[in-house]
This record gives sequence, C-alpha cells and structure tokens, in this order.
Amino acid sequence: MIDFAHPALLFILGTLPIPFLTGSIRKVYLLLIPALAILAVVTVQPGSYGAAHFLGQEILIAKVDKLSIVFATVFTIMALIGTVYALHLPRPGQHVAAFAYVGGALGVVFAGDYLTLYLFWETMAFASAYLVFAQGGRRAINAGFRYIMVHVTGGVVLLGGIILHGTSTGSLLFGPIEAGMGAGAYLILAGFLLNAAVPPLNAWLTDAYPEATVTGAVFMSAFTTKTAVYVLARAFPGTELLVWLGTAMALYGVIYAVLENDCRRLLAYHIVSQVGYMVAGIGIGTDMAVNGATSHAFAHILYKALLFMGAGAVIYVTGQRKLTELGGLYKNMPLTVALYMVGAFAISAFPFFSGFVTKSMVIAAAGQDHRALVVLALTMASSGTFLHTGLKLPYYMFFGTDRKLQAREPPRNMLVAMGMAAVLCVAIGVFPQPLYALLPYQVDFEPYTGSHVTESLGLLMFTAFGFVLFLKALDPEKTISLDTDWFYRKGARLFMWFAEKPLARYEKAVSDVSETAALPFLYGAARAGLRIDLIGVDAIVNGVAQTILRGGGTLRRLQTGVVTHYALAMIVGVIVATIVFAVAWR
Amino acid sequence: MIKRVVDFFGDEEYANQRRRLFYLVLVLIVIADFLVPREHAVYLWDRLPGWSAVYGFLSCVLLIFVSKFLGHQGGLMRREDYYD
Repeated sequence: MIDFAHPALLFILGTLPIPFLTGSIRKVYLLLIPALAILAVVTVQPGSYGAAHFLGQEILIAKVDKLSIVFATVFTIMALIGTVYALHLPRPGQHVAAFAYVGGALGVVFAGDYLTLYLFWETMAFASAYLVFAQGGRRAINAGFRYIMVHVTGGVVLLGGIILHGTSTGSLLFGPIEAGMGAGAYLILAGFLLNAAVPPLNAWLTDAYPEATVTGAVFMSAFTTKTAVYVLARAFPGTELLVWLGTAMALYGVIYAVLENDCRRLLAYHIVSQVGYMVAGIGIGTDMAVNGATSHAFAHILYKALLFMGAGAVIYVTGQRKLTELGGLYKNMPLTVALYMVGAFAISAFPFFSGFVTKSMVIAAAGQDHRALVVLALTMASSGTFLHTGLKLPYYMFFGTDRKLQAREPPRNMLVAMGMAAVLCVAIGVFPQPLYALLPYQVDFEPYTGSHVTESLGLLMFTAFGFVLFLKALDPEKTISLDTDWFYRKGARLFMWFAEKPLARYEKAVSDVSETAALPFLYGAARAGLRIDLIGVDAIVNGVAQTILRGGGTLRRLQTGVVTHYALAMIVGVIVATIVFAVAWR
Repeated sequence: MIKRVVDFFGDEEYANQRRRLFYLVLVLIVIADFLVPREHAVYLWDRLPGWSAVYGFLSCVLLIFVSKFLGHQGGLMRREDYYD
C-alpha cells in the first residue's frame, strides 16, 4: 500500500482530530479531507492493493478497477458537498459520524474480499444511525433504533451468506457470483437488496431518512443505497430477478410519493424509485445497461443530495416539514427555489440536465434487450418522478397557499453546497462525455437525438398538464402511509402483547401448580423441619443463648455510661487494630 | 434575475401569461414531435408522433388516481398518530 492512499482510511482516521479542532481551523480541516480524498481517487491506478492472509483466508483490502473508481469519484465529490452543507454545525459529533460513514462507503467500494466488505458495511450502518439519533426527540430516537435493528439483521444475513458462500467455493474474494445461486449467494443477495431498499425491504429508508438531521439526511441519501447498487453491479449483473424487482420498485416509490405529506419522506420514496432504475439496469446486465445503472447512480447522488438540501433548507429555516403546513416561501427563498428546481429537472430527466443522459441509457438498454414492459413501466415512473419532485413538492412547499411562515434564505454555506451540486447536475447534462469516459464499459449511446428530446419533453410537459388539471386531487392530506415497516412496528407490539398476556398467563399457571401440588409437599417438609428444630436445634440454640445472657450480664456491669470511656476504648481499639495490621498481618 | 424568474412562477399577476406560455409550449412540443426524424424505432409506439405526450398524460392521471385509491380505499393512508 505504498503507492495507494486508501480514501476510506483518509476519512476514518481523519475523524480522530475533529473533536479537538474548533472554529475556522476545523472548517478548513473538514474541507481538506474530502479534497485530499478526491485527489487520491483521481490519481489512483487500477490494481490490487493490500493482499494479506487472515484466519487462513485471502484478504484483499482494495481492488481498484473502473467500476470502483466511478463510485469512489462521486462518493468523494459528494462528501465534499455534504461537508460544505454541514459546515455551520457547532458540534463535532455529526462531522465525525459523516466522515466515518463516507469512509465505510469507500471501504465497501474498494473491498476486494467479503470480510473487508462486511467490516465497512457495518461501519456504514452504525455511523449513519448516529445521524438519525443526533436529531434528538422521541420520533428520531425510535426511528434510529428501528433503522439500526433492521441493518443489524441485514448484516447478520449478509454475514451468514458470506460464510456459506465462502465454505462452498473456498474463497472469500469479492467478485461476480457465477457458480450457480446457492443458499449462500441468496443470503448475500438478500443482504444487498436490503441496503438497496428493494421492496419489501425498503421501509427502513423511508422511515429513518426523514427523521435524520437536516445535514445528516443529505449524507444518507447518497451513500447507503448506492453502495448497495455498487455491490449488486459487482456480484449480480444479469440476474433476471433484479430486472423485475427494479421495475416494480421504480413504480412502488412513485405510488407512495403521491400519498406522502412529509417533504423529505416524499423525496425518500423517490430514492426507492430511482434506485429501481439502477437495480433493473444491473439485472438486464448488458454492457449498456450496467453503464446506464452506474452513470445513473453517479447523477442520482448529486441531484438527490441537491433535493434533500433544498428540503433541508426549508426545514432549517421554517421548522416545518409537512406539505400541509408549508407554502408561499418563494418570496423569501428565491435562490433555494431555483437551486431545488435544478435538482428537480435533473431527476425528471429534462434535456440538458444530468438525469437525461443517464436514465435514458437504462431505458434504452431495456429496449435493446427487447423488454417492452420494462420500457413502459420505467417511462411511466419517469412521469411520476416529475409529477412529485418537480411539480407537487415545489408547488406545495414554495408556492401554493401562503402560510405566512417566517422565512429567509439559509446560511451561505448551505447555498454554496447546493450551488456546487446544481452546477454538476447541469454540467453532466450538457457535457456527458467525461462521465461516459469514466464508465466501466465503452459507451455507444447518444442521448441528444431529435426524437429523444421531443419525446422526453412531451412526456414531461403533458405530465405537467395532468398535474394542472387534477391539482385538487393531489392536495396533501394529514396522514401517514402504511409501508412494510408496519410488520415490525405492529409486530413489536404483538411481541409485547405476547409478553404481557400469554406469557403472564403461563407464569400464573405455573404459580397455580406450585400452590396446589408443590405447597402441600412443602408444608409437610416444613412440619418435619419444625420438629427437628424444636427437639434438636432449639436445645443447642437455647444453651448458646443462656451462655450469652450470662456473658451480657457480666458486660453490663462493665458499662459506665460515660462517653469519654467509650471514646477511649475506641481509640485503643483503633491503635490495636493498626498494630495488628502493621505487625502481625505482614 | 433569479428572483424575477421565480416571482413569475409564483405571483398571481402573471397567472394568465403563465397559462398562455404553458399551452404554447405544449403545442410546440407536439408539433416538434411530428417533425423529428425517427430512424431507430424499435417498438410500435416509437413510430407514433405524439405518443409520449399521450403516455405522459395518461401515466400522470393513472398514478394519481391509482395511488389515491390505494391510499383511501386500500387503507394505506392512516391518521398521523396511527403508530403512537
């Protein structure tokens, strides 16, 4: 590891000085680490680094190839943007957690074997949970515990899969799983799908992200699901199951987004939807589809972070998070509106924004692979994406009914971070070639054809037409939506009921048995004991007691009732004890 | 500059201008869709000009009403204190 500075270590070791720095020194330091990490990723050479043996297994700390470099590039850029956005935080805790979280994600992206991967995987889970807990309050704490429990469960499933897979193939090196899908491979897949938030394993995301801190949610939106996309692309490209799961989740997220009232939960459902495109692309597995999934992950991290930053700015300024309580903010927050809309156009795949050059690659790959149904479903999901992120959310958050909220633009560092992400969203859309050059396979795709532009605009603007016509039907309602977290949230209650009712009854039954059957026996034993007591033991006790009584009488005669005598006796006692300790004891 | 653009989309006084501009854009898009060359038509609908406009509109309407149906009749939407 001489010619390779591992960016994960840069972040993880880089957390150590943070609590000891203050003021502008801390700010400079916080920006320096991501900047160095970007440099390390840009200059890294493909190859294998840090090979070792551990418990008789081959370990490869870092395997660098084109796929890992794409993800590491966007992760480090995102770390810089997220850090700028969080720069105003007075306390170091969230910075430490965010750095450890980014370090974990980078560790996964470069991991050459499953044990290294697992280690960083769990680092991510715990570091990111802190970003939920840091919000404080009962809702966030509860959501944080649910988040950590789901991820620990997923981690155990993944570890079980790794062990089964390792024993059956004899190698823990991380790569495409080709030799048939055994039980181990399915467990690994399940662990990965959980972190990719594939329904029905999606609820942890939409449950926890909206409860996280304003700055923490920005980090969370970027890393966990996209590392999962990376490991799926590495281990399971071309798995048919993923095509259908991905397509279904693209629509699943959009449907739930219609019902949602919490602004960041709506965006979280759109993470589920957008990751669906990536999962489907990986499932299709052709060069173009994997390229599409990878580039879409790249673009998605930037525009989704921008959207979360915009919604976060609103929450930061107003303290409100529900669409039913927001509205009319455009007067006081025009910059936030404009920057948010750049993200909205990017996620909706408007021409000259990043989504246009990446999402279309996935859909085109599905078309080339003769999957008409997938093409239609993903196109419908694109319409839904614009409907919510580009129309419903900004309309009810920034325009709509004026709720007379006190609002102003957020602090400058937040605006700068949003500006950085916005510039990248546009730059990728206008000049896609540098991104295409980073992709794992040769790109043979031209997004800017006449028909592609008019078709996209037609789809999006007529979605807007539908929105205008049916605006009333979309009015947000003061509700929450049931998702698959119902099973463990209500399930936990069932468990508590079980503990309180059947278990308590069982306990009562046991005590009844002891009263009817065991007690008579015990009484008998007690009577026998009493007889022994009276005849044998009492005689001895009485003898001893009479002796003591006599001794007590003698002692009573010694008692004078003068305090000085007692004090003297005590001092003598202490001296004797000291002498005994000093001389005899040694 | 940015404020003026944002105000154009928010202020009531521009409502009519906004509406006219919006309908103009819709018409222009459909016209453009009839004029662009289509060499790479893979599926039947790729050859139909204006298809994406129809599909976008139908998708939007379908998503709104199917979701709201699932939310209200399907019981997905619950009171905010459901889990408390």
